[in-house]
Amino acid sequence: MSNFFSKAEVTSSGRPVLLRNEVECHLLSAVDLEPEDHRHFSLLKSGLLILTTHRLIWLPSSSASTPTSASAVPLAAISHIFSSKKSLKSVFHSPRIRFQVLVSSDGRVFDPGSESGSSSGSGSRSVVVTAVIRGKGDCDGFLVKFWDSWRARAWEATETSDSGSASASGSGAATGTGGGLYSSDGSVRMVGVAGILRKEQEMWESTDKSLQDAFQDLNALMSKAKEMVMLAEKMRQKLLSGTSSQTSGTNDEDMGSKEEMQDWLLSVGIISPVTKESAGALYHQQLSRQLADFVRIPLERAGGMINLIDAYCLFNRARGTELISPDDMLQACSLWEKFDVPVMLRKFDSGVMVIQNKSHSDEEVFARIKSLVTKPEALLTGISPTDAAMTLGIAPAMAKEHLLTAEIKGLLCRDISPDGFRFYINLFPEIDPCNMYFVKNYGICSTWIKAVSTTG
Amino acid sequence: MQKLGDFKLPHFFNYPPYFTLQPVRETSEKQIQLWKELILDYCRIQKIFVIRLEEEFPLFSNSVVERTLSHEAREAFLSALVAEGRAEWLDKGRRNCLILWHRIQEWADIIVNFVKDNGFEDSVMTVEEIRSGIESRGTELQGIDRTILVRALKLLEHKGKLAIFKGTSTDDEGVKFSV
Repeated sequence: MSNFFSKAEVTSSGRPVLLRNEVECHLLSAVDLEPEDHRHFSLLKSGLLILTTHRLIWLPSSSASTPTSASAVPLAAISHIFSSKKSLKSVFHSPRIRFQVLVSSDGRVFDPGSESGSSSGSGSRSVVVTAVIRGKGDCDGFLVKFWDSWRARAWEATETSDSGSASASGSGAATGTGGGLYSSDGSVRMVGVAGILRKEQEMWESTDKSLQDAFQDLNALMSKAKEMVMLAEKMRQKLLSGTSSQTSGTNDEDMGSKEEMQDWLLSVGIISPVTKESAGALYHQQLSRQLADFVRIPLERAGGMINLIDAYCLFNRARGTELISPDDMLQACSLWEKFDVPVMLRKFDSGVMVIQNKSHSDEEVFARIKSLVTKPEALLTGISPTDAAMTLGIAPAMAKEHLLTAEIKGLLCRDISPDGFRFYINLFPEIDPCNMYFVKNYGICSTWIKAVSTTG
Repeated sequence: MQKLGDFKLPHFFNYPPYFTLQPVRETSEKQIQLWKELILDYCRIQKIFVIRLEEEFPLFSNSVVERTLSHEAREAFLSALVAEGRAEWLDKGRRNCLILWHRIQEWADIIVNFVKDNGFEDSVMTVEEIRSGIESRGTELQGIDRTILVRALKLLEHKGKLAIFKGTSTDDEGVKFSV
């Protein structure tokens, strides 16, 4: 007895080889496939029935006594699917799915892909095939998907993909030959108003379908996500309770499995609660190193010092997706102390936080500020943060921080007036309150007096 | 050198930061010290006994560098003087400050010297005579603030150097020296 069905290719591990763009949709186990003509063709007993976008594939189960090769029915060859009749009889029987298949002249399934496709024996005769579902699968769901896949006609899109237009079904089975609605290269001729309307209809249908699919995926994702969250919570609880109970006695085995659990959680992206007390979760360590690498170039461009907020914006923009929170940023920066990285986080007295090179020298900056502020014009009118910014080659906000730090060190004095916020070189140390009118003829004071008197 | 009336100003009077209250402790301590000395000097030479914060005070502004001490700064410097015992607040609102460029004790000594110089050891005088009488002309007692004078007299009374009594008219008191 020969095989009624077309041959389906399988891999060495028994998985079906899928066609281009073919996607699996549903499967049922313990299915018998019975062609109508029992006499000439063998029954396929108790196999795995896989519905794809292009075919119905039947795979033999390993426990089958007679090794039957994998078979398939192209959906293109199906001319009709019968709806399931719920009768009294069907309550006691295994559910059945019946469909009508076009046959070629040799009585076997008409295979549009093979050579026997285009010319001989197209479309005339059809036989009924029954799939008996002896397993516990969702038969009704399978039937619905069967209808959907059959109507979607995904195989036609593959055939006509070069011409770029999806074809709607004019007549029943896709014969592939020309005439009528089909032009010579196989695409549907869009003629007249009917053509326009049909195009609209197609677009609407495909949008509808893709929306449905998308939402189905979303629903599936959400339900899975919920499971994941619950699982993660359970794990977290277990870990937390594990560490708190000191009296239970932690032997090596427990510690090992606990570490495994932590690693596993971290790899999934969940930060272990246990490591909050320790040096910081692996996530933050990696982030910390990544940040140190990233921040090198912006630092150079900014003259060696960059506001933490600016660095945060740049970093997140570079990341694109998977943005980090301000808290993550702060933690990542504070971890730098523990590694050997060339950058550091610094907090000024004013509260402003910056990232600077470790090699950055405050002394050097002060020397430059001092030379700026003792220039003749600066002696008269002082300097503003903007002046300092231009000389030091850094942002005005950063320059102001430097000036304030220099002030705290006693290098500068502030002058607040309607003209604004300015800094002068600090003369106070040189002035003696007991001898206020006396001026040494060396030192800053005399320089200042000379500068003032030449103009005033 | 710049002058404010007859008063010679130090060079740092034209240093703009001098007019801004400095936040850094070391710097501000120096600044406060300089202002204290300057205020006392100025008041002594100009014979100013009271500074009213809400009025203009020539020392607190510099038209050359266009800077003026803020109210906060004025209060800070005067409070420093008060803490040192060289000034007193006349009211709770700290709007008026009595400047003691001579301490009360110093004033008392000046009065004693005045009495001795003029042979008033056993005399009687009114308070007003002490500050505006012929004898006081050219001395430091000329035009002394009445509040300060009375305080100094009271101090001397406490030491037994004199006795204060109410005069015949209600508005003046008399002093009997027993130096």
